[in-house]
Amino acid sequence: MECREAARLISQGMDAPLPWWQRAALRFHLAICDACTNFSRQVRLLREAIRRLA
Amino acid sequence: MQETLVAALAAQKSFAGRSQLRTWLTGILKHKIVDSIRRSSKEEPLESEASLEDLDALFDATGHWREPPQPWPEQALETKDFFKVLEDCLTRLPARTAQVFLMREHLGAETKEICKELGVTSTHAWVLLYRARQALRECLQMNWFGAR
Repeated sequence: MECREAARLISQGMDAPLPWWQRAALRFHLAICDACTNFSRQVRLLREAIRRLA
Repeated sequence: MQETLVAALAAQKSFAGRSQLRTWLTGILKHKIVDSIRRSSKEEPLESEASLEDLDALFDATGHWREPPQPWPEQALETKDFFKVLEDCLTRLPARTAQVFLMREHLGAETKEICKELGVTSTHAWVLLYRARQALRECLQMNWFGAR
């Protein structure tokens, strides 16, 4: 899996459950990719921030 | 026409100011979101929003990030000014992308509900949500995390 695909799936996984094979491929990619791990944390922080927005 | 994310953000209609965003957010919380979405779906054509071309511009030919995402300190959430920057970034989104994003992230709507209101496929909804996230993280990186 490349970052372009991983980032798209990270986002999609926040809106709907991913099929098991995509989850597995994504987990494998995240284990070796700091940039996508950061992206995943950023979009989660963004979600938390939007929830706190009055 | 291939637009980069930046060009798309600059060219698209945006909220005129933060006070209008506040008014709009308040409107959402009073369940006026359906009306405003129906109104804006007449104004903005769907076709230009369904493509991933602008998002692909964030990656190089081998699929790697052109600008790899950096770690973001979570203390930002404890800072009032951070939320001001976040609101500014939200105002720069195309109106309907912002609506879909806030419907999902602020109101906690499921993709199905968003699709039903907008009359779009779930794939299209995911593209809009992904585009909103990429645009917002780019804006926050530039105006908050990278500026400190």
